Amino acid sequence: MLARMMQTQPEPAFAPPDNAREIWGTPIFDGTAARRGYPLNKMCFSFNDAANREAFRRDEDAYCRKFGLDDAQRDAVRHRDVLALIAAGGNIYYLAKLAGIFGLNVQDIGAQQTGRSVEEFRALLRAAGD
Amino acid sequence: MARIVGGIGTSHIPAIGLAMAHNQCDDPYWRPFFEAYKPVRAWLETVRPTVAVVIYNDHGLNFFLDKMPAFAVGAASEYRNADEGWGLPTLKPFPGDSAFSWHLIESLAAADFDLTTCQEMLVDHGFVVPMQLMWPNAPAWPVRTIPICVNTVQHPLPTPRRCLKFGEALGRAIEEWPADERVIVLGTGGLSHQLDGRRAGFINKPFDLYCLEKIEHEPEVLARYSIRDLVELAGTQGPELIQWLIMRGALGTAVRRLECNYHVPISNTGSGLLLLEKAA
Repeated sequence: MLARMMQTQPEPAFAPPDNAREIWGTPIFDGTAARRGYPLNKMCFSFNDAANREAFRRDEDAYCRKFGLDDAQRDAVRHRDVLALIAAGGNIYYLAKLAGIFGLNVQDIGAQQTGRSVEEFRALLRAAGD
Repeated sequence: MARIVGGIGTSHIPAIGLAMAHNQCDDPYWRPFFEAYKPVRAWLETVRPTVAVVIYNDHGLNFFLDKMPAFAVGAASEYRNADEGWGLPTLKPFPGDSAFSWHLIESLAAADFDLTTCQEMLVDHGFVVPMQLMWPNAPAWPVRTIPICVNTVQHPLPTPRRCLKFGEALGRAIEEWPADERVIVLGTGGLSHQLDGRRAGFINKPFDLYCLEKIEHEPEVLARYSIRDLVELAGTQGPELIQWLIMRGALGTAVRRLECNYHVPISNTGSGLLLLEKAA
C-alpha cells in the first residue's frame, strides 16, 4: 500500500522561497501576524498561570485592557470568535489557552471555524482515516 | 564512547497525556493507538538507553513571541513541566545531563549551528507526552534527558533541509561524547494536522504514509520540501515533521525499521509512530 501511495505524491521541487503562496483556509503565523497580534498573544501567554486565568474570569474587560488589546481583538474575545481572533493576529497555540478558559477544546474550535457541528467535525476527522 | 541505539518518531498530542491520566488507554478509541507502543517499550527494555535527546517544539509555555529561537538546547540539570493553561498535571522532574548538553552545544556550534542555550527551561506536552508514552508509570525516569526545542510557532521556521543537516551534526556530536552512554533520539510531533483556519481538521493520510516510508532510507527527499509545501500537504502544524528529520539525520545513513504505526484520528491529528534502529 505504501508503494502505491508514494506514486500519488508530487515530486518535491527545489522551490525558491515561496512565502507569498496562499493556501486556502490556512493562516500562516508570520511576522505580519506576529506584529498584529502581539498584545492578544501576550495576554493568552499569561494564561499559563492559573491565577491569571482567574483574574480574566473575574473581569474580562479589565484584563483585556491591561494588555492593550485593540477593538477588533477585544470584540473577537468577547464573541469567542476563533477566525476573528486569528485575523486579529492570534496564534493558535496561544489562543488554545484562551479557548480552554471558555471550556473549548480543539474539536470545538475546529467545528466553529469550519461552520460545522462538533459531531460533524469529528466525523470529518474520522473520514480522514478511510 | 556514547552510542546512538536508535531513533523514535512519535506524535505528541496533548490528548494522549490526558487519556493516560484518565486511564482511557483501553477504550475503543485509544486502544489501537496505545497498542502500537507496546513493542517499542519492550525494545526500550532490551536496549536500556541511558540518555534521551528529545526533539520537540514548544507550544507557548517556555517561549513567548518576545524572543523566539530557531533551535534551543536545554543545558539544565533538571526540567519541569507546567499546566500550560489547561491545568495539566505537574509530573516528577525530568533529570538532565548538563555536561553532555554543553558538549552537544560546543560541537553543534563548531559545525556552524547557532543555538540558544537554556539553563532553565520549562518543557511542555511536546516533550512530556513522548516521555510518558515511552516510559508509562515509571517510578523514576530511567533516562537523563536533553531537550532540543525547534521553532514551529512563528514563521519563518527552519527549513527541512537545515533540520536534516542539524540532525546529522547532532548525531556526530552525540557519538563524540566520551562517556559510555546509550542514547535514544526522539523526534516528536506531527504528522498531518491543522488546528486553525477554515481548513481546520485537514489530515492527509497518503502524505503521512509517504513520509513514514521515505524517512527511512530517503530522508533527503522529504528535506527538499519547503515549509510552505509542508503546510499545504500536512496542515498548519504539519511542519513538525522537521523534528522527525532531525531525529532521522542523527541516526546516520544506515537504519533498520523495527516498528511503524499510523492511526487516524487522534484528536485532530494523523498520528505516527516509527522505531528505527541504527544499523552497523
